Amino acid sequence: MKHRYGANCAGSFQALAFGEPLMIDDVEVTLFPAGHILGSAQVRMVYRGQRAVVTGDYKTHPDSTAQPFELVPCDLFVTEATFGLPVFQHPNPQDEIARLLASLAAQPDRTHVIGAYALGKAQRVIKLLREAGHDAPIYLHGAQEKLCTYYQQQGVDLGDLRKALDRDKESFKGHVVIAPPSALRDRWSRRLGDAVICQASGWMTIKQRAKQSGVELPLVISDHADWNELTETITATGAETIWVTHGREDALVHWCRQRSLQAEPLYLQGRDEDSSE
Amino acid sequence: MKRFATLLETLILTPSRNAKIAAMAEYFRDTSDPDRGLALAAITRDLTLKNLKPAMLRELVTSRVDPDLFAMSYDYVGDLAETISLIWPGSPNGADHVPNVSGFIDLVETTPKAKLPDVMESLLDQADASLRWAMIKLATGGLRVGVSARLAKTALAAYSGQNLEDIEKIWHGLEIPYTSLFAWLDGAGPRPEIQHGRTFHPMMLAHPIDVERDFDTLDPAAYQAEWKWDGIRVQIVSDGDQCRLFSRTGDEISAAFPDVTAAVCGRAVLDGELLVGTDFVPQSFNHLQQRLNRKTATRKQLADSPAFVRVYDMLFDGNDDIRDLPLGTRRQRLEAWIASQAGTLASSRLDLSQILPFQSWDELAEIRHHAAEVLGHEGLMIKQIASSYVAGRPRGPWFKWKREPRMIDTVMMYAQRGQGRRSSFYSDFTFGIWKGNEIVPVGKAYSGFTDEELKELDKFVRGNTTNRFGPVREVEKSLVVELAFDSAHESPRHKSGIALRFPRINRIRWDKPASEADNIDTVRTLLS
Repeated sequence: MKHRYGANCAGSFQALAFGEPLMIDDVEVTLFPAGHILGSAQVRMVYRGQRAVVTGDYKTHPDSTAQPFELVPCDLFVTEATFGLPVFQHPNPQDEIARLLASLAAQPDRTHVIGAYALGKAQRVIKLLREAGHDAPIYLHGAQEKLCTYYQQQGVDLGDLRKALDRDKESFKGHVVIAPPSALRDRWSRRLGDAVICQASGWMTIKQRAKQSGVELPLVISDHADWNELTETITATGAETIWVTHGREDALVHWCRQRSLQAEPLYLQGRDEDSSE
Repeated sequence: MKRFATLLETLILTPSRNAKIAAMAEYFRDTSDPDRGLALAAITRDLTLKNLKPAMLRELVTSRVDPDLFAMSYDYVGDLAETISLIWPGSPNGADHVPNVSGFIDLVETTPKAKLPDVMESLLDQADASLRWAMIKLATGGLRVGVSARLAKTALAAYSGQNLEDIEKIWHGLEIPYTSLFAWLDGAGPRPEIQHGRTFHPMMLAHPIDVERDFDTLDPAAYQAEWKWDGIRVQIVSDGDQCRLFSRTGDEISAAFPDVTAAVCGRAVLDGELLVGTDFVPQSFNHLQQRLNRKTATRKQLADSPAFVRVYDMLFDGNDDIRDLPLGTRRQRLEAWIASQAGTLASSRLDLSQILPFQSWDELAEIRHHAAEVLGHEGLMIKQIASSYVAGRPRGPWFKWKREPRMIDTVMMYAQRGQGRRSSFYSDFTFGIWKGNEIVPVGKAYSGFTDEELKELDKFVRGNTTNRFGPVREVEKSLVVELAFDSAHESPRHKSGIALRFPRINRIRWDKPASEADNIDTVRTLLS
């Protein structure tokens, strides 16, 4: 959190290991891995035998840069719904990386710049590239460096990473550059010449979305649960009450009610649907 | 089908015009007949499969997935083909067996209608999401891949080295799958001959004039001016046996206007404005609209709103293609041709568009102002006398100079998500004006804002929603938007009793309180 939001983002900090219960008044609070990014957690609260779990952002699909999602049985399940529509069925990230590598091989004279959020997504994309055997240097936008270094300190091997700063256009050709999505449409990306604009995000499922963002090569790689993961997880928790937030609440609420689960949308002020991943 | 799907994906995602042309050119070069011709027809929106309708596909998909979930997904995605292709359940069980473009079209067109849902279902089960998307796009038309018919023809020119204008001139006389066209483009056959007396010829269109810039560079003596009529642009194509009427986009509308087509004889291709009214006095656009909305005309319509054409140009005189002659000469040929029709039925349905004399642009500005305020004219057309008739919208020879738009301040009431490029953005708005203490809807607008403004409007809608009715959101009545429109008409169908023509957003008045928006009495003074 300090890396992302600054050293003073909270008044005081208290570390809590996964699975270690903490009593706050009469409530027992325990954290479990959410599988979203490195260190992301679900929170379980137990009060007089009633168990509530708040997922935060999560995914169940394996990701070697994050602790694997742990299913936590509960009575009340508060789930995210970023991709809470049945049109969102994420493909295998390995297949998406294969498409990227194929495009890289087919257009060796162009730079491939990938828009990826600095926390989590960037590291996952790099790791997936490494696992697919791509060991060439990968160039980073300044905003990506700190968190990549942090991941590497935490034991996630990301291979040969270099700064994109002050380099000649020519040196990027045929290489992968990773930048925050906002930089793709900014002056920053001019230094890359005629680059193939890629973006790694679950939104890339929808072609018109990709087109709106000016993305030429959409990569459907998401750190959020897709429709199948959401519905399977809801069933697996055994919860009878489901609160849905952060995304397309209506569809998931509808799905739950059809299965005789109590479900309510939680519309959060300022967090309307379609906020970014 | 795989190649076609890849082509569509490239077209949709490639921002560069040249890269789109290159992708199409490569496809046309490497694909055989009749696949490439059918794909071309799909891209130019000339392909229609009569049996397979969107309603059938909706029914099919909702037999496989929950209808409510489908509706929510469709609302979010904003594209039927994409929604169905993504939501379709199960993994592909035979993507390699999906037929190619022509095989698919044959199958769809030859299967009896009752069996079509089963056939489509098994095709969708075989295919992966990308093939499903391509098949549905092909079947339902409206590809929305950001390619105009013009750009597709540019790609034909690029791959063959033939001239784009030469392709345009024969285009509308050709038939799908364009085998003779491709033979010519491949250098394996002659340029196809078309029957010019029976086919639509692409129209020449005008640019809006840029008052600040254009007039200084134009010599008034080299131009002629005419009224801009408030009807629809049509082309009359008559080969002596039969007369056909085409809209600006080449759609045949003969059946709705038998009063015109039955009257015109002789051999000619004419360009003019379709209007309704007696003695060549036009009625309001609403009357014409009612006839346009119908496939055929009712007896009452024929009596109350007879159609006529105000003719302003001539493309073919008898068998002569006169498009390369200057406008001044074409006009003389047109006048002579019209004179030769005197006393026939045609003369009761064809009227020459008057040429307005003027000496200077200032004088013309006065004519325009007077016409708008007193006579209620829409504006002026300004055409270079030496101009030849060129398909498309070349900049320079023809201009339109509309009267100033009317403006009113309205309040945003409802919003809906857009489609295509704007899918997921709230971009379709309903605006209202004050009627006593309530706000009543006066019109919808979808345009006139920048991408930046669209984001702000979208944000406003999301942050100020007070009610949801399916895909429609009602918003807090607080945002004032200045609407521009061409004219206002009485309309019993609208709650305000007023319908606006071509409303668009002129300015977003973030600064103005809703209480200062216009009321119905002010707007009624603008009725024409």
